[in-house]
Amino acid sequence: MINETEKELLKIIADMEGIPNGAYNIRSNGKLEDRRSTPSVEIKNKTDKPGIDIIIKSGTKGETVHIPVIIDESGLNDLVYNDFIIGDNADVTIMAGCGIHNCGDSESGHDGIHTFFVGKNAKVKYIERHYGSGDGSGKKNMNPTTVVNIAEGGYMEMETTQIKGIDSTHRVTKAAVADNATLVIKEKIMTNLNQRATTDFSVDLNGEKSGANVISRSVAKDNSFQSFKSNINGNNLCSGHTECDAIIMDNAKVEAIPEICANHIDASLIHEAAIGKIAGEQLIKLMTLGLTEQEAEQEIINGFLK
Amino acid sequence: MLELKNISFTAKNDDGEKEILKDISLKFDNEFIAITGPNGGGKSTIAKIIAGIIKPSSGKILLDGEDITDLSVTERAKKGISFAFQQPVRFKGITVKDLIGLASGKEITVGEACDYLSKVGLCARDYVNREVNASLSGGELKRIEIATVLARSTKVSLFDEPEAGIDLWSFSNLINVFEKMHETLGGSIIIISHQERILNIADKVAVIANGSLKDYGKKNEILPELLSTNTTCSVLTDNLEEKK
Repeated sequence: MINETEKELLKIIADMEGIPNGAYNIRSNGKLEDRRSTPSVEIKNKTDKPGIDIIIKSGTKGETVHIPVIIDESGLNDLVYNDFIIGDNADVTIMAGCGIHNCGDSESGHDGIHTFFVGKNAKVKYIERHYGSGDGSGKKNMNPTTVVNIAEGGYMEMETTQIKGIDSTHRVTKAAVADNATLVIKEKIMTNLNQRATTDFSVDLNGEKSGANVISRSVAKDNSFQSFKSNINGNNLCSGHTECDAIIMDNAKVEAIPEICANHIDASLIHEAAIGKIAGEQLIKLMTLGLTEQEAEQEIINGFLK
Repeated sequence: MLELKNISFTAKNDDGEKEILKDISLKFDNEFIAITGPNGGGKSTIAKIIAGIIKPSSGKILLDGEDITDLSVTERAKKGISFAFQQPVRFKGITVKDLIGLASGKEITVGEACDYLSKVGLCARDYVNREVNASLSGGELKRIEIATVLARSTKVSLFDEPEAGIDLWSFSNLINVFEKMHETLGGSIIIISHQERILNIADKVAVIANGSLKDYGKKNEILPELLSTNTTCSVLTDNLEEKK
């Protein structure tokens, strides 16, 4: 049975209030809490290791699949392997996310290894939110690995957000993109206190007219540390763009390591990285509209991470 | 009523000190006032001193009799001072609607945001959800900046060279915007400008040169002299040179 804390976590990470429409799989404290498959979306346990297979039939349109993970037991470290097999011509949204509420003193964590097989001309929007709460001294860690394979003409948009409260995250994303296929990644991270967040993207643009756009926006406060690394390899006629944009505050540290590698004469690759504090004139402008300095700072951050 | 009393400002830099404003006293009594004069004469500094962005080295600023010299930018904004920057600021992620909403101090509908945008000659539907970022041109930003001041509709509205970067066609509309504002708002509108057409719609004109108030009075008294003297000619020609 889901308790109030878990309900709150589900609402934050998956916009879930009650049972969602369509297929879903709720994992709570390392165990299956509830699941529903639909005629187009089959969710089943893996037989060789912890985790699930989510199989979406070819041509499925407009369905949303929810697969949230919640942990409110202190000291629990959960590891899962989830595979997403998305049939040709499907058009679906997948809402994943992990919420940890840790009131205890032991470390809690979730490591999700997600592998996507996006079929020909299929379209997937993948939304992943990470959130931590609880006033215990136990750390809340999340280390997601996402492996993406997009077949000819496929499209995947990945929107990942680390909302707050995650002490340590190491995020790894690897992708291979085929002919006429596109990958878009939008990452948002906010860290404070002594949190650490490292992200590592590696995209192989293998197909003709393949494309990738990797965009990261982040805010680092207090004594937190962030590292952003992205590597796009252009192995064919393709276009790739990677952008890291960070606001640094207090005593935080941010590093950005964009890397692009053209292995083909028709590969067109761009990287951009910018790190800086909030511009004084931005604060002043909002103050002339009647906001206090703190309110102005908050509006600027909210907008930046929106 | 806004009153500047004996305002002086000295800027410190690596080479020592430079006197930017010398003993400026001005009263703005719910009128439309244009401040003009050569580049580098101290006009923008006066605007920043009124908005609270720069603290004067000496002198006082009174708003309806209250001494606001030591108030912060935020406090002055809350008391009814609005300021359109000469060079508008860009914000990643903040939309035009967000910014106009922040300016008006309340949640606004798309319709309300559109009203303000239409007033400054922007096709509202195309702009309301755009970010106030580098994708907007200088002229577009400038008009959005003016819209934020319209949305605030306070007793003192301050514009630093609102015409800069705005094309000729829009310029006529801009003149209409200021005239309407003057009719409906009933507060003081202070515009720093080099444009004769803006000076022409003002009630009063102040001429600032070399940090001093050279002249201040009714438009009919100031303008003829201003437009016939060499200093003014050089002001206007300097301005044209700059635009080339």
